[in-house]
Amino acid sequence: MEKPIYFDHAATTPVCEQALEKMLPYFSEVFGNPNSQHAFGRESAKAVDEARDTIAKIINCKSSELYFTAGGTESDNWALRGVANAYRERGKHIIISPIEHAAMLSTAKALAKDGFTVEYMKVDEEGFVDLAHLKSIVRKDTIFVGCMLANNEVGTIEPIKEIAEIAHSVGAVCFTDAVQAAGVLKIDVKDLGVDLMSMSSHKIYGPKGVGALYIRNGVKVQSILTGGHQERMKRGGTTNVPAIVGFSTAFEIAEKELDQNFKYVSSLRDHFIDRVLNEVPFVKLNGPRQNRLPANADFSFKFIEGESILFSLDLAGICVSSGSACSSGSLEPSHVLLALGLPEELAHGSIRFSFGKHNTIEQVDYAVETIKSAVKRLREMSPLFKSEGEIKYV
Amino acid sequence: MYNEKVMQAFQNPKNVGEIENASGVGTVGNASCGDIMQISLKIENDIIVDAKFKTFGCAAAIATSSTATDMIIGMTIEEALKVTNKKVVECLGGLPSQKIHCSVLAEEAIKKAIEDYLSKKQA
Repeated sequence: MEKPIYFDHAATTPVCEQALEKMLPYFSEVFGNPNSQHAFGRESAKAVDEARDTIAKIINCKSSELYFTAGGTESDNWALRGVANAYRERGKHIIISPIEHAAMLSTAKALAKDGFTVEYMKVDEEGFVDLAHLKSIVRKDTIFVGCMLANNEVGTIEPIKEIAEIAHSVGAVCFTDAVQAAGVLKIDVKDLGVDLMSMSSHKIYGPKGVGALYIRNGVKVQSILTGGHQERMKRGGTTNVPAIVGFSTAFEIAEKELDQNFKYVSSLRDHFIDRVLNEVPFVKLNGPRQNRLPANADFSFKFIEGESILFSLDLAGICVSSGSACSSGSLEPSHVLLALGLPEELAHGSIRFSFGKHNTIEQVDYAVETIKSAVKRLREMSPLFKSEGEIKYV
Repeated sequence: MYNEKVMQAFQNPKNVGEIENASGVGTVGNASCGDIMQISLKIENDIIVDAKFKTFGCAAAIATSSTATDMIIGMTIEEALKVTNKKVVECLGGLPSQKIHCSVLAEEAIKKAIEDYLSKKQA
């Protein structure tokens, strides 16, 4: 078996051949600035227009409602900060989920310092938003309600349609971060009822450094990147033509392969989850079994710490990520797992596996065997292990 | 982020385990911080003749546990008390800055185990 094996597709994915091929001419042959009036500019502008049309059609919005950005983080920042600044005369109450990406949480914290009140939805132990609680905290001065479409760490797919209805009942703008979901789940912004939606290219076999924000016509969003006339005066900065072309190509392929990839990747994932739950003692699956991103499996291994599991697997040629504090460089373990109510020890012992369309069942089986021996070895080193009595390994 | 020496110590740690009827045991850290280190010592005539560790923690915590226990075997308790976290880090050829606290835990666990030995000796 070829190694290393990549099980970290929620972090990023390789650019697919078709996207790469389509991008290449736009680096040197078709290099014009789409804002230029001449032939070079027009050819680039045409490519960007086509890319916008392609993505708009997939998510069922008008091309004029889609803005290209430098990626998920910028889209999240723009949505939250842009709405807060545009509607601050109407109200200063913002509601987001506690399991948002850091791009949202950090922006919310900054806004809280700037006079806004930030309140957090409650989530249950599988990560689902508590809709009754949300209903009870929205108010007349709520201007923004934001929640991920699907969580990047535990894969929970949120009831965004219901969240949007609650947001709109008080006249708030509803935002969803679809960075993990766009190109993986069928998305129709009209059906979801959201006003704003973040997307990213590199999670769906497109290039890094590009994403998009859907802004429903009529919703006010103040610019955060002020500059020239790009993106209909809303987002300054020379248009990243090759990245946008790559993004739309990757999105188109992801949409075409959506059902097939969903079926295949979730079958790998289910096989993996079943085997780990059956064969590794003292393990907890984080997140739900149903309504979960097809690629995601997240486990806490009791008595041991996540980073040491990550490196044990890495040494055996398996690349994953961890929610432990040690791997993030901060002192706190994953805010997502803590919001789900996990004790800190279990949050420190978490590993996320995210599968992709190029993974195989043999790779998954190899991972299970490797996990069994790595976990056993680390538990033998752990001072917490003996206190739980004898553990028999399968 | 980790150098070869650290990965080597993590992959093949020395002195894993617990000494039965240890002369002194020191446990530091807690699960909520993500690190617990337990060092047990066998001491004869104030000389550390054996040291073992059990650690819940990251690769750096396991590597420093291995190196620190290795360093103090054969030392007098006075010498072992002078082993600083800096020396442990040097011995590993350096650690990333956010991992220095792991080496501090090793220094503290050794001190605590020796204190345990000394208090038992007095009693």
